[in-house]
Amino acid sequence: MIVSVASGKGGTGKTTVAVSLALSISEEEVQFLDCDVEEPNASIFLKPQIEEALPVSIPVPRIDQEKCNFCGKCAEVCAYHALAVLPGKVLVFPHLCHGCGGCSLLCPQGAITEVGREIGTMEIGRSGDIEFIQGRLNVGEAMPTPLIRAVREEAKKRRNPAAVTVIDASPGTSCSVVEAVKGSDFCILVTEPTPFGLNDLILAVEVLRKLGIPFGVVINRSGMGNDKVDFYCQENNIPILLRIPFDREIAVLYSQGIPIVQGKKEYMERFRGMMDHVKELSRA
Amino acid sequence: MKIGITARGNNLDSEVDPRFGRCEYFIIVDPDTLEFEVIENFSMEAASGAGVQSGQLVATKGVEAVLTGNIGPNAFQVLQAAGIKVITGVSGKVEEAIEKYKRGEFKPVESSNVDSKFGISEKGMGG
Repeated sequence: MIVSVASGKGGTGKTTVAVSLALSISEEEVQFLDCDVEEPNASIFLKPQIEEALPVSIPVPRIDQEKCNFCGKCAEVCAYHALAVLPGKVLVFPHLCHGCGGCSLLCPQGAITEVGREIGTMEIGRSGDIEFIQGRLNVGEAMPTPLIRAVREEAKKRRNPAAVTVIDASPGTSCSVVEAVKGSDFCILVTEPTPFGLNDLILAVEVLRKLGIPFGVVINRSGMGNDKVDFYCQENNIPILLRIPFDREIAVLYSQGIPIVQGKKEYMERFRGMMDHVKELSRA
Repeated sequence: MKIGITARGNNLDSEVDPRFGRCEYFIIVDPDTLEFEVIENFSMEAASGAGVQSGQLVATKGVEAVLTGNIGPNAFQVLQAAGIKVITGVSGKVEEAIEKYKRGEFKPVESSNVDSKFGISEKGMGG
């Protein structure tokens, strides 16, 4: 089973929830994927032993100037404008290239080959019994999706079908989130009971509905703000899976890199209960 | 010889557009005869690569120089590779810019003067 954790708004507690969820069910076989590759931080809490670090590249075009007749087809088909064809010259802008391969496929002269450009690293290790994989995008790179895809593929290769995979996604509703959550059996949306939390929750809900992924909500810092998230969930038949109170003790644990389920043992049961609920809902 | 000017409108009376890659129109004009061609810039809405595409478009028009407000690194690289002079900091009306160009008041620049995505910022959009 694949359970992704996403949020809409940043800083609502995705990693807090994902880490504690993974730890609470560690009697099962668990894989943890940190797919928030622009700022992976689950390792601060799970403290994995990294055993392997693999570079991840995307294919970018290399032009054979001997074969090229400067017809301009490559620039024409490039949706990202990563190529400029000038009389007698082709310029490649590797940072704009998304690695789709369209140019090399469609070049009438066969003048384009693909070479790898490293965009980040995939790190693989273990945290106790949990298999841990994270992507780390190189600083300055604008394109996280190919790295997230690589992490997901690696996890799929290694995965025992009976295992539970917990995916920590990035905030927002962009391509990175879609790449991180797609194909999951259930998505937990973490929000906070504030106007910003609600606004971004609604956007995330729209994305998940489009993707056809069942989902429920965790309200973090419950007790602050207002009750509009509750009303919204009620009106839209969205199950509230768990409430984590706005509690100084939890904040202190977080600042020390201690997962809630380790710092406050009573949460072990709560997260386990949430997982049971998630399993039920994903079957329904 | 022709020059390319970024413009907010489609005639010589228009204001110079402060953005290169995401300008509204390119006016390709012969400074001596004032004969001109207007190209609507469809790269304006591009998520990325507007500068590259605009640079390539202008390069295919065989201009000797480009007059604009600001230019980013990718567009500059394309124009430079095409041997086109780049003049930034140009404002006011297109026809005034042409006059100034003819009088030799402009100096080509050696590098871009703004970062990528400048044209999507509020400043670049002219408020």
